[in-house]
Amino acid sequence: MAIHKICGIETEYGIVLRGTEDPNPIAASSVLINAYLHELDRENDRAGAAPKVDWDFEDEQPGTDARGFSPLGTMAPEVETHLVNAVLTNGARYYVDHAHPECSTPECADARSVVVFDRAAERILQVSMDAARRLLPAGQEIVIYKNNSDGKGNSYGCHENYLMDRAVPFGRIVHHVTPHFVTRQIFCGAGKVGCEAGLGPDEVPFQISQRADFFEEEVGLETTLKRPIVNTRDEPHADAQKYRRLHVIIGDANLSEVATFLKVGTTSLVLAMIEDEFLPREFAFASPVGALRRVSYDLTLQRPLALADGTSVTALEVQWELFTRARKYADEVGLECVGDEVGAEVLRRWEAVLTGLESDPMSLADQLDWVAKHRLIDGYRERHGLAWDDARLFALDLQYHDLRPEKSLAARVGLERITTDAEAELAMTEPPLDTRAYFRGKCLQKYADDVVAANWDSLVFDIGDEPLRRVPMMEPSRGTAAHVGSLIAASDTSAELLERLGS
Amino acid sequence: MAEREQIRKSPSEKPEVEVEEAPATSEKGEKLKAELDDLLDEIDEVLETNAEDFVRSFVQKGGE
Repeated sequence: MAIHKICGIETEYGIVLRGTEDPNPIAASSVLINAYLHELDRENDRAGAAPKVDWDFEDEQPGTDARGFSPLGTMAPEVETHLVNAVLTNGARYYVDHAHPECSTPECADARSVVVFDRAAERILQVSMDAARRLLPAGQEIVIYKNNSDGKGNSYGCHENYLMDRAVPFGRIVHHVTPHFVTRQIFCGAGKVGCEAGLGPDEVPFQISQRADFFEEEVGLETTLKRPIVNTRDEPHADAQKYRRLHVIIGDANLSEVATFLKVGTTSLVLAMIEDEFLPREFAFASPVGALRRVSYDLTLQRPLALADGTSVTALEVQWELFTRARKYADEVGLECVGDEVGAEVLRRWEAVLTGLESDPMSLADQLDWVAKHRLIDGYRERHGLAWDDARLFALDLQYHDLRPEKSLAARVGLERITTDAEAELAMTEPPLDTRAYFRGKCLQKYADDVVAANWDSLVFDIGDEPLRRVPMMEPSRGTAAHVGSLIAASDTSAELLERLGS
Repeated sequence: MAEREQIRKSPSEKPEVEVEEAPATSEKGEKLKAELDDLLDEIDEVLETNAEDFVRSFVQKGGE
């Protein structure tokens, strides 16, 4: 049986500082995040306020390759400790990465939980924008965009992470997950006006994915250039003997909750099938990178993709095959590793969107980002008689992703909700109950003064005279409310907690 | 569980499901098209005023 598919999303947001001649995105990102932390300080009557905990880089090794070697010189060491890097009481990490604000959700037990915490992250960015507006000089404003490209060839990521059994050969993962990564964009693409890979508006007026233009390799370690469809970063943030963390860099950031749910839910299921060797028909593309772009550029979803054996398939056919296999997997093996109820909901929605895409994609304009965006922009283009390279259409595309509620177009197109506002609001400060993020978040709520550092797999406490105490959290499914809830409740001080944990 | 029942369909049932659902989804598509006009009226009021400047100045550093 596949191991529990604990998962999460890390999103780099586009950032614009308005009202200045010389905007520095790194400084603006720092101002934004510090404004949020300052805001939490101000509201210190609110549960879980004021986490002033720095990220601990002890276990960060982004240059380790899952294929078993570390190519020399491909990754410059990144020392970013001077930049803002906070751990929040919901178990998330909120920090400056390169020249963007980035928020990583806490570890989540299933796809629905990821949607809740991804929505909470959007709210955190919205509160941050409001807080920054109060701190900045009059006339200046920071605006955040949840997208993946500036339309000028610069891209930033929305990465997913999935816990996998270390015993599964990495080559098997690459082989079987590639067809999913090439074709899943038909329901989780965020849509984009134009092309950033050299084709003009006549050839590619609008495409399904934000990211397809930026991928050049099938497999590799890079994330910032020559991006690979399957990323080999081998940094499990957990017991490395037992686990790997599949770091997925190919996805678009979604505004649609249904799209995020399906992106994470279908990928969790495909990975579970790979782990259990419950494998679907093999699809070896003649050119995976070529197929990725071909799918993105084809709004009809009809174009055949060449396979290495000389035959061809469409993206929809690949997805139907994966779906049918997953349904059989549910019947014969079960869905425990992705959550029984959530897994069943993933299958229901997966079938519904494939049926919709096949018969009438427009019917999914309330569920899928690329369909919603295309409907909006194409409608505007027709109404005003514009050419596809008109700046107004690019502006609409960007504004779809604007996180300011009063400006966001995504907020106006009638996208179906999976979460409630109350759930997302709570998830800004409360951790999930069912992963180790619970332990991290609750310790930050209750013993904030004593937690001197935190990262994914440990917390470091300073309990006074003794040396600093590191509490390892190498099992992502331990440290839940069921495991440690009563221990934390019974411990008034961190010293008591550590004593109870040690006994 | 009820959810589990829904997904237990034999492959032979699939074409039947599609035939049943196709008219319904088209109707929904028509409805969405009808709503588009209202939506376009609404967004006119929130659009960035100088699209060319806005698009030109939207420059990001690569990330990840």
